[in-house]
Amino acid sequence: MIAYIVRRLFSTIVVMAVVAFVVFSLLYLTPGDPAAIIAGDIATDEDIRRIHARLGLDDPFLVQFGRWLWSLAHGNLGTSIFTNLPVTQLIGQRIEPTLSLTLCTLVVSILVAVPLGVVAAAKAGSWLDRAVMSFSVLGFSVPVFVFAYILILTFSVQLDWLPVQGYRSFRDGVWEWLRHLILPSIALGTVYVALITRMTRASMLDVLAQDYIRTAEAKGLAPEQVLIGHALKNAAIPVVTIIGVGVALLISGAIVTETVFALPGVGRLTVDAILRRDYPIIQGVILIFSAVYVLVNLAVDMSYVLFDPRIRLT
Amino acid sequence: MHKCSALLRSMTAVIGAVALVAGLIAPVATAQGQKVLKFIPQADLRILDPITTTAYITRNHGYMIYDTLFATDAKFQVQPQMVDKYELSKDQLTYTFTLRDGLKFHDGQPVRSADCIASIERWAKRDALGQKMAESTEVWTAVNDKTFTLKLKKPFPLTLEALAKPSSNVPFIMPERIAKTDASTNITEPIGSGPFKFVKAEWVPGSKVVYVKNTDYVPRKEPPSWAAGGKVVKVDRVEWIYIPDAATAAAALNAGEVDWWEQMPPDLIPVLAKNKDVKVENIDPLGSMGLLRFNFMYPPFNNQKMRQAVLYALEQNDYVLGIAGSQKNGHPCYSYFTCGTPLSSEVGAEPLKGKRDFAKAKELIKEAGYKGEKIVIIDATDQPIVHSQSLLTAEMLRKLGLNVDLQAGDWGTLITRRSSKEPIDKGGWSIFHTWLVGPDVTSPALNFAVRGSGQKAWFGWPDDPKIEELRDAWFAATDAASSKKAADAVQTRAFDFVPYVPTAQFILPTAYRTNLSGVIIAPITLMWNVEKK
Amino acid sequence: MSPTWKRFRDAFRRHPTALVGGAILIAMVAIAILAPWLGTVDPLAVFPSQRLHPPSAESWLGTDMLGRDVYSRVVYGARVSLIVGLAVAALSTLLGLAIGLVTGYVRRLDAVLMRIMDGLMSIPSVLLAIALMALTKASIGNVIVAITLAEVPRVVRLVRSLVFSLREQPYVEAAIAAGTTLPRILVRHILPNIVAPLLVQGTYVCGSAMITEAILSFIGAGTPPNIPSWGNIMAEGRSLIQIASYLIVFPGICLSLTVLAVNLLGDGMRDALDPRLARRM
Repeated sequence: MIAYIVRRLFSTIVVMAVVAFVVFSLLYLTPGDPAAIIAGDIATDEDIRRIHARLGLDDPFLVQFGRWLWSLAHGNLGTSIFTNLPVTQLIGQRIEPTLSLTLCTLVVSILVAVPLGVVAAAKAGSWLDRAVMSFSVLGFSVPVFVFAYILILTFSVQLDWLPVQGYRSFRDGVWEWLRHLILPSIALGTVYVALITRMTRASMLDVLAQDYIRTAEAKGLAPEQVLIGHALKNAAIPVVTIIGVGVALLISGAIVTETVFALPGVGRLTVDAILRRDYPIIQGVILIFSAVYVLVNLAVDMSYVLFDPRIRLT
Repeated sequence: MHKCSALLRSMTAVIGAVALVAGLIAPVATAQGQKVLKFIPQADLRILDPITTTAYITRNHGYMIYDTLFATDAKFQVQPQMVDKYELSKDQLTYTFTLRDGLKFHDGQPVRSADCIASIERWAKRDALGQKMAESTEVWTAVNDKTFTLKLKKPFPLTLEALAKPSSNVPFIMPERIAKTDASTNITEPIGSGPFKFVKAEWVPGSKVVYVKNTDYVPRKEPPSWAAGGKVVKVDRVEWIYIPDAATAAAALNAGEVDWWEQMPPDLIPVLAKNKDVKVENIDPLGSMGLLRFNFMYPPFNNQKMRQAVLYALEQNDYVLGIAGSQKNGHPCYSYFTCGTPLSSEVGAEPLKGKRDFAKAKELIKEAGYKGEKIVIIDATDQPIVHSQSLLTAEMLRKLGLNVDLQAGDWGTLITRRSSKEPIDKGGWSIFHTWLVGPDVTSPALNFAVRGSGQKAWFGWPDDPKIEELRDAWFAATDAASSKKAADAVQTRAFDFVPYVPTAQFILPTAYRTNLSGVIIAPITLMWNVEKK
Repeated sequence: MSPTWKRFRDAFRRHPTALVGGAILIAMVAIAILAPWLGTVDPLAVFPSQRLHPPSAESWLGTDMLGRDVYSRVVYGARVSLIVGLAVAALSTLLGLAIGLVTGYVRRLDAVLMRIMDGLMSIPSVLLAIALMALTKASIGNVIVAITLAEVPRVVRLVRSLVFSLREQPYVEAAIAAGTTLPRILVRHILPNIVAPLLVQGTYVCGSAMITEAILSFIGAGTPPNIPSWGNIMAEGRSLIQIASYLIVFPGICLSLTVLAVNLLGDGMRDALDPRLARRM
C-alpha cells in the first residue's frame, strides 16, 4: 500500500511539472503584446520598449521560465500586468464564489445522480430507466449557457422567485448565499448529473450481474441491503473515478456559468485575463486549476484504498 | 454497527440544524441605515491612472476621487473649481491662481501649490492640448502654499480651457509625491482631494470597485453644472458592479439589485420600459462620434482616391441603426466636430451626405488603380459599437468589389494590433473602428484624430502638412468668428484628405431606478448630487 | 448477413433512439451540404433598416441586430458545427490512435507520453482551448486544432488501455511467440478490435467538440464573426435575449438536437458492440 501511495505522489509531481512547462510555453508563444496594452492609446515605441525591459519580456525563454519557477517556489504567482496587484491576492478575492458554486454543484449533483443511477440500474429496461437515461443524454447535449438563460428567463424574470445574478457571501446570511447559488448550480450541475448517473447505472449493472450478488440475494438479504450494502460499495470505484474526472468539467463549466450569472469568481477572472493577455493571471489560474484537478484525482486514487482491499495488499 | 451509524447520523443532523439557524440569524455584514448606491459602469476599471490612459472608465474613476483647478460647465464656460481667485496679467503672459480654503487630500495632507504644479506638469506631458500649452509655457512657480503662477513665453488663450478640460485626459490634481511619477508609468496610489475616497481593500478587479463619501470635502456653494459647481455627495457609499452581459445587467436593474446603469444598449429599452420603477434617460447631451480609421502607411488606403471612394459609399443612416438601434438614440453627423457644438458644420460634407453614389465610388477606385490588395479590418467582438461598424463596413466594401478580410478579436487585441506599423502580411491592418465621446471631438485642439502629424499622429498615421497648417491657424484665431472660419477650413481639408470617416453620432441612454434623484445631465458620468430614497 | 451487421441491427432495435439520432444527424449533414440552396438570403447581407424583426413570412426565423436573416444564417451555421465536430472527432481519433499505439508498444516513451497526456488532461479542456485560441487569430482551422489538442489525451488513454488488455490475450501472445512481425500483429489483431470502441468514442468527441466550439464563440474566442456558426449567432444575440429570444432559441435547439443525435448514435453503437464497454466509457 505504501508503495502505491508513493508511486502516485511521485507521478503527481511529474504531472504538475509538465503542466507548469506547458502553461508557461503557451503564454510565451502568444503574439499579443501586453506592453502595448499597458502603454495605452497614445504610446510611443520608446514607451513600449521601456515596459518590455521592466517586465523582463526580452530575456530568453529558459531564463524567463527559470525566473517564473523560482518565484513559484516562493508561493509568488506574479503580479497582474494591468492592476499591479499580486495574482495570489486576485485569486484569493475570487475563490469564494467559485468554491461555493462548485461545492454546491458537487453536493447537489451527487445527491441527485447517484440515487438516480442506482434506481435506473435496479429497474433496468423499465420506462423509469429509459426516462432517466433520456434526461441524462439531454444533459450532455444542451450547452450550459443555453440552459442557464432558460433558467434565468423562467425563474428570475417571469416568476421572480430567484435572483438574476450576483453572489452573496455566506457571512451575510446563509439563506441569501444559497438563493444566489441555486440557479447557477442547477445549470452547471446538469452535465455533471448526466455523467454520474450514466456511470453509476453502468457500474451498478456490471456489479449486479456478478455472482456474489446472486449469493447475497440467495442468502435472503432484502433488496435494499443488497443494493446499498454490497452492490454500491463495489460499484463505487468507477463512480468515484468519474467524479474526479468530472471536476475538470465543472471547472470548464464554471467559466461559462460565472459569466452568465455575473458571479465574481476565478473562472471569469481567467476569461478576462486571457482575452486581455494578462500573462501572470493566466499562468497562475491555469496552474491552480490543474493542481486542484490533479489533487482531486490523487484523493480519488487514495480512496481506492478504502474501497478496494486488493490495493492494500499490493 | 447499526447503532453507531444511527448515532452518527442524528449527530450530523443536529449540528447541521444548529449551523443553519446560526447562519440565518447571524448579523448582516452591511451596516443598517447606510445609503449605498449600486452602479453598473460601462467597462471594467483596470488602470487607476487617468493621465497615462485615455480610457473613459478611468476618467470616471478620476472624477470620483480627484478634483480639478477649473471645470467646464453646461454652457461650455470655464468655471473655477479648486481655485478661489485667478487673474491674468495685462501682457497676457502671467496667470496667478489662489486655491480655496480647506482643500485636503484623503491622507489628511493639505493641497499645496506644489501638488498642483506637479500634477499639471505630468498631465501636460501626455495630453495633446497640454502639450500645446507646454510649448508656450516658460515656468510654473509656487509663490506660497496657496498661490502659484504660470509664466508663458507667448500668449496661450486656451490656458483656462485646457485646465478645465472635461474629458480625457483630465488635469486631475494629485499629491506631489505621486505626481512626480514618470508620465509613462501607472501610478498605484489612488489618493486625491475629491468628493469620494477609493476603498482599495474592497476592490475586486473585474467585478467591484468601492468608494465612500469623503466627509472632509468642502464643496463650492454654486449648484452643480457638468463638472463645475458644488460637488455635494448625498450617499454614504458607492459600489461599481461590473456586469459584462447586457441582458443580465438589465435584469438586475429591473429586479432592484442595482440602482443605476451607466450606458445601456438602446435595444434593451423595451425591457426596462415596462417597469415603472425604472427610468431611462438621455443625460448625455453631446453623445459620441463613431469613426472609421484608415491605415495611411500601406495600400490601398494610402491612396487618397480610395479613401474618398469610401466617403461616397458609406451610409451613415445604416451605422446609426447598427449602433443605436433606431433614430431615437442616434443620428447622422456629417462633420469632423461633434454636432451640436459651436464649431460643427456641414461644410465640405457633400460626398458623405445625401444619396449614396456607388458608381462614383467605383470610378474613384478605378482611378486609384486598385489592384485587388487585401483590406484587413480588425474587429472587437466584445464591443458592440465596434463590432456593428466592422460588419457594416465589411459588407459595404464587399459591395464595392474590394478584397476584404474581417479579422475578429477582442478589444485588447484591437488596441494592440492598431499600434502595429507592419504591413498586412506581418500582422498589420487597414481599417479599424472606434468611437470618441462628444467632448473629445469639439475642436481642432481636442480632436486628435483629425491631425496629420504623420508618424507622431494617432494610430493610422496620416501625413498631411496642409491640415497641420490649418490647425495651427485655428490656434491663432482670436475671436469666435475667425475661430469658426478656421475650423471650417480644417474640415474642408479633412473631407478632401479624409483622415477618417465619421460614421454616426449616437447617445447611449442611462437607466436608473426611480428612487434616485439628482442625476446630473452631462456628457461625463458624475456621481455627486445623486440622492437615494 | 454478417454477424457484425446482425449485432448492429439488434442493438438498434433495442435502442430505437439511436436510429432517431442517426436520422437527425443525416438530416443535419444534408442541410449543411445543401445550405446554398436552402438559404433564402445571403447570410452575410446586412439590412439595418430591417433589424430585429421577429419570425414572419418574409424571414422565417426573424432578423438579427443588423437585419441579417436568421434562417439563412442558421442553415449555414450547420456547416461550421458539423465541420468542427466531425473534423475534431476524426483528427483526435487518428492522432490519439497513433500516440496510443506508441505508448502501448514503446515502453520508454510510454512513461513520458502518458505524463504529458496527464498534464494536458489536468488542464480543463475549455480553458486549454481558449488559451490556444488566444495564441492565434480566429479561424475555423485554428478552432479545430485547439479543440483537437484538448480531446486527444482522452483518446490516447482509451487506446492505451485497449492495447494493454489486447496484448495479454492468448491469441496475441501466440502470434508473438510464433514470430509474427509487429506491423502484422497490429493490423490483424489489435486494430480490428480497437476500431469499434474508437468509433464510439469518436461520436462522443464529436458532440463534445460542437459544444466546446459554441462555448468558445460565446466567450469570444471561437469562429470569426463573418462566418455564421450556431455558437456565433447565439453569442451575438445573447444580450438581446429578452427582446429577441429567437436569436438564441433556434440555434440553441439546432445545436442541442445535433449533439443529442450524435450522443444517441454513440450510445446505440456502444451497445451494439459490447455492453461491457460501458464500463470503460
